Amino acid sequence: MTDYNFAYLDEQTKRMIRRAILKGLAIPGYQVPFASREMPMPYGWGTGGVQVSAAVLTPDDTFKVIDQGADDTTNAVSIRRFFQKTAGVAVTEATAAASVIQTRHRIPEEPLTERQILVYQVPIPEPLRFLEPSEVETRNMHALEDYGLMHVKLYEDISRHGHIATAYAYPVRVEGRYVMDPSPIPKFDNPKLNMAAIQLFGAGREQRIYAIPPHTNVVSLDFDDYPFEPTKADHACDLCGASDSYLDELIVDDAGGRMFMCSDTDYCGKRRTNGHTGAQAAPTGEDAA
Amino acid sequence: MYVAVKGGERAIDNAHAWLAEERRGDQGVAELSIAQIREQLALAVNRVMAEGSLYDHDLAALAIKQARGDLIEAIFLIRAYRTTLPRFASSLPIETANMQCDRRVSATFKDVPGGQILGPTFDYTHRLLDFKLAADGEVDTAPHSTPQPASKPHVMSFLNRENLIQPEASQNDVPDDLTRTPLELPASRALRLQALTRGDEGFILGMAYSTQRGYARTHAFVAELRIGQVVVEMDIPELGFVIEIGEIFVTECETVNQFNGSKTEPPQFTRGYGLVFGMTERKAISMALVDRALRWKELGEDDAGAPAQDEEFILYHADNVQATGFLEHIKLPHYVDFQSELELIRKLRREAELGQGAAE
Repeated sequence: MTDYNFAYLDEQTKRMIRRAILKGLAIPGYQVPFASREMPMPYGWGTGGVQVSAAVLTPDDTFKVIDQGADDTTNAVSIRRFFQKTAGVAVTEATAAASVIQTRHRIPEEPLTERQILVYQVPIPEPLRFLEPSEVETRNMHALEDYGLMHVKLYEDISRHGHIATAYAYPVRVEGRYVMDPSPIPKFDNPKLNMAAIQLFGAGREQRIYAIPPHTNVVSLDFDDYPFEPTKADHACDLCGASDSYLDELIVDDAGGRMFMCSDTDYCGKRRTNGHTGAQAAPTGEDAA
Repeated sequence: MYVAVKGGERAIDNAHAWLAEERRGDQGVAELSIAQIREQLALAVNRVMAEGSLYDHDLAALAIKQARGDLIEAIFLIRAYRTTLPRFASSLPIETANMQCDRRVSATFKDVPGGQILGPTFDYTHRLLDFKLAADGEVDTAPHSTPQPASKPHVMSFLNRENLIQPEASQNDVPDDLTRTPLELPASRALRLQALTRGDEGFILGMAYSTQRGYARTHAFVAELRIGQVVVEMDIPELGFVIEIGEIFVTECETVNQFNGSKTEPPQFTRGYGLVFGMTERKAISMALVDRALRWKELGEDDAGAPAQDEEFILYHADNVQATGFLEHIKLPHYVDFQSELELIRKLRREAELGQGAAE
């Protein structure tokens, strides 16, 4: 495709986005305003992540896109195709083979390495938004490190429910300073935010970019007597038998029968290729179609 | 045995093919041309140009055709195209006092220098379905007269002479471009006006209407509504002089609002301003009312806590491309998050049941 620049965005726009990314990396967890562009996919479909990916991709990169942990969900397919078309980059479904991974709602199960970048699509970047609707106010609260409201919210959860009633987009504190929304990943994924790869977060509609540099200390908010606990369905994957991966729950018959399978399709597929099987697994080869 | 659902790629391809077929509709019916849309659905084209922030009738008509008549989708197509265009210069401010008016009405004076021109308006039509149009859309030629060369100074300028209207200082600094810099609050009035002029017509209308019904009420008179053609000029540094690069059709609305004065200002009339691409008077009038409501702080008025006074509320929610994207994205898969909620709710219920059992 010659009508558009490499990876769609023009170089000036990419430069503007890269500056926001660098600022984000320099101030981990801080939301950097950037002049988000209108992309050819709707706001809410990952325009922030797409702009960040466009700004960091080079012709030598290998790109992977997941949505809900899977490479074959429709929007993951659509975004992958967009970059195949506009950047001509190699694509892969193998986590380890990718140099840039764009994700919505999950962190891959397989640990990422120093040579990888994980790009998150972010709907609402502001962790305090549902406690305080005004952006003017929340920016002040961050500047003053005024996170009392958040702790009160978590405390109220415990007093009402006996638990912190946040299951995804669970707030974290980055390097002891900024409270950050890790995007709507299940809290099961929160411990993985401490990783070797660069993590970049793009919120297109809200015009914000933020970042976590490699090996940054990211702590999920909790209390000493109510420590954070990552949770998942209390099952093993019915396809590959994994008991350490985040699971999707499927309704498989009219009687409401359930089965559980890995949300990370690459992780699950690789395990099955290596001979692991779960309770309802098909013989290898048959379900690879 | 279970085989995971695959086929996202094929589903997308097939969906697109189906969409194309549906867009075309019955092939026994003649296809719409861009020229037909441009000429006969001109107000739809105008709205798409205004909210798409791109003045190009043919592209707007193409977008309407491609979007199957869904105007917000068409606006989105235009925005996504616009964002790829290079920005090579800024024009000079347009001079609306020199407008060649197709329509010009004042609600505040019976007659004004330059005269009132009713123009092609729906205002006094009786809204009776014209079944003749269903059979035969041809029309008789409307009576013509030669345009009056008389200048049409802004009605507002007459109030200005008496110091009855709050003066507007002219500024020469170039305002920020909403599409090139991230919105930060508080926003300048120029930035607010940019957001309003490309904001959703329905949203701006609703906000304006709310001020009329008493949420931050400032009764507005339409001092002047003018619709017509203005020239766009540009300073070319290499040439050293200003050249005309084209003409655009715009709607401008200036309102006069009552103002009782405040601690800082004596009683005088105040202004609201609306300027929108094309023939878009509902939008321009609405814009002027919302602009005025947003100016409460600079005029020293009280904060009535009304939505139309809340700059952050208006600016963050007026854009229909943003709003529709975020609203509709909830139909995308969310099963990972839903699963985590399921686990949580099951756990909380289990514990509640245990607690109840223990209590009994």
